[in-house]
Amino acid sequence: MTSSHIRSLAAFGALLAAGVATTSQASAKDLTLCWAAWDPANALVELSKDFEAKSGVTMKFEFVPWPNFADRMLNELNSGGKLCDLMIGDSQWIGGAAENGQYVKLNDFFDKEGIKMSDFIPATVVGYAEWPKNSPNYWALPAFGDVVGWSYRKDWFARPELQAEFKEKYGRELAVPKTFGELKDIAQFFQKRDIDGKTVYGAAIYTERGSEGITMGVMDVLYSFGFKYENPEKPYDLEGYVNSAEAVKGLEFYKELYDCCTPPGHSDAYMSEDIDAYKSGQVALHMNFAFTWPGIHADANVGGEKSGYFPNPAGPDGAAYAQLGGQGISVVSSSEKQEDALAYIKWFAQPEIQQKWWEMGGYSALLKVVEDPKFATSQPYAQTFLDSMAIVQDFWAEPAYASLLQAAQKRFHDYVVAGQGSAKDALDGLVKDWTQVFDDEGKY
Amino acid sequence: MLKSSVDRVAEATPHAIAKRMHGLSDRALAWLFVAPSIVLLLAVNIFPLIWTIRLSFTNFRVNRPNAEVEFVGLKNYLNILSDRDIWLTMQATAHFLIWTIVLQVLIGFALAYLINKKFRGNDLWTTIIVLPMMLSPAVVGNFWTFLYQPQIGLFNYAIGFLTGADPSSFSMIGDVALAPWAIIIVDTWMWTPFVMLICLAGLRSIPGSIYEAAECDRASKWRQFWTITIPLVLPFLMLAVLFRGIENFKMFDLVVQLTGGGPGSITELTSINLKREAFEKWRTGYASAYAVILFVTVFGLASIYVKALNKVKQR
Repeated sequence: MTSSHIRSLAAFGALLAAGVATTSQASAKDLTLCWAAWDPANALVELSKDFEAKSGVTMKFEFVPWPNFADRMLNELNSGGKLCDLMIGDSQWIGGAAENGQYVKLNDFFDKEGIKMSDFIPATVVGYAEWPKNSPNYWALPAFGDVVGWSYRKDWFARPELQAEFKEKYGRELAVPKTFGELKDIAQFFQKRDIDGKTVYGAAIYTERGSEGITMGVMDVLYSFGFKYENPEKPYDLEGYVNSAEAVKGLEFYKELYDCCTPPGHSDAYMSEDIDAYKSGQVALHMNFAFTWPGIHADANVGGEKSGYFPNPAGPDGAAYAQLGGQGISVVSSSEKQEDALAYIKWFAQPEIQQKWWEMGGYSALLKVVEDPKFATSQPYAQTFLDSMAIVQDFWAEPAYASLLQAAQKRFHDYVVAGQGSAKDALDGLVKDWTQVFDDEGKY
Repeated sequence: MLKSSVDRVAEATPHAIAKRMHGLSDRALAWLFVAPSIVLLLAVNIFPLIWTIRLSFTNFRVNRPNAEVEFVGLKNYLNILSDRDIWLTMQATAHFLIWTIVLQVLIGFALAYLINKKFRGNDLWTTIIVLPMMLSPAVVGNFWTFLYQPQIGLFNYAIGFLTGADPSSFSMIGDVALAPWAIIIVDTWMWTPFVMLICLAGLRSIPGSIYEAAECDRASKWRQFWTITIPLVLPFLMLAVLFRGIENFKMFDLVVQLTGGGPGSITELTSINLKREAFEKWRTGYASAYAVILFVTVFGLASIYVKALNKVKQR
């Protein structure tokens, strides 16, 4: 071997060593956060620049569109993948992720850093952080408060000719509905109405089959009609609760609303389809998660004074509840960068960061932010968000939630959209499916 | 004396390699060459198949790594075969399979027959006709959802224009009666060109002399079609049916994009149902048994069909 060969070999070796060193340094100084691809995620990218500046850690983001979010991320968690260091996972995943050791338990970390769960909206702590529910075992920090509510065309409601016609027909003012019955009247009133030379429709509601859409929509209505997941005295006892007479009425109402008052072809609609229907000026009422409201407010066609917001109206007996959305942020157990991931959570939990989060379009769950006297008037939808968060209920968060959800998707879509069988058949079938799932889980 | 090709290869083999290979029989050499392929086949095909069969007798769930895996015997198989919902997905699959094959064979053969005639712009039309099959099924599914949109969709507009019906009065993918046909129409639009190409190959393989002989015997065009064209193209047609049958039995992407299996479960084909069991409900053992049943069904039907195909070819 000549000396030039030796020199080249040495140079190559040095380069290789430098490369390895750089790689290992880079991998120690970056974090990957996984979440859904939606507007709040973009706001979080901006917000995280402050963390990058303060910590020197580079943030990477893996955002997956909602219809594939659960599939993709649960695959990642189940396979013990190392893609995500931080996961802003859906609230229903918490049971499975906790029991299967996919999330790091955060109690010791919270105690050490002085982070108190009593500083957050109680419903978000139960919904996003605790497993088992209502026990002080925390697997996430409430990151993004969300809830299903309604936006409506305030400008259409304000038209004198429509107000007069509505009053003549229904004997009351055309105003924000106080009950679901009133909501259906309004939707029917607008269905196929000609407004400014364009045919408009009543309401955009959730009907999606593939992931969780129709279940979120149906449950959002069923709670106010008296639906209960189980016997409060006897866990997993479903008969007579899931398929109670009140629940049957609620499901019948949802189908009536779908049949009478949705735009043509609204048979597979979830968040994005509903927001499209509303922003394009097709519908008077729009069911969706609160995360859509900042975008509506800023929209050139329907934003500003043209839109108003209201929480779920009451059911026949006066009870009003709403479907919880939103997520907590967790550290993934298979991550090799847990220290940095915890540092991110510590940074994110700070009140000034949470305040900034709200200002950028993220719904903070920190009480200090939402209980600030200025909060309710800071945005036109802020009060509706607070009112809605006070009445939330959530879907099962059991480790078997996916099976429970798929059964609900099938039963609800079969009845509401495909029109097969009766509401009673659908809920009786759901009791059968869910009982089978819990039986397989050894709950009986 | 002429040297055989084996001798020539042997002479051309570098001395170093020849020395290393010295003592290896032809059989050993043959094994040496095919071994990498066999190892790969075992690793990515045979081993997963055996593993799937093994899992199908358990209650394993991939999302419960800490849970105890129990042997459940034939329970998964019995549950699947007695599940009404699974039979409904089988029915949906059979409806989709039969109608797509019938339509694609009829239209594909008709197109091939027309394209086989020499006319001006023949090549251009062939290119235009085969365009749909070059697109991604996911893309096709996605843009047909827009074509089927009741308010803005071109399909609804065309039907409205032709029949006088209000285009927004019906929803191809939201109506229980129409949705199964909506997926059949799209699959037929996309894959008829494939059947056409195979039929065209068959038609062009028929020697002109046979038709000339038939002309001499004063056989009518109709007679020539039934006694020459159809029998000689039949093996090609059967091959096309085999390919489309296997493909559509496992149809997933196009239908998921179009209807997501809805409305309700009307268009939930077996592959969509299987995916939900395996990767949404995470019932791995159950889904493995389901996959084995589907594999045996396709393999069995395909084997019978291939035997029939061979008989037709030998005629």
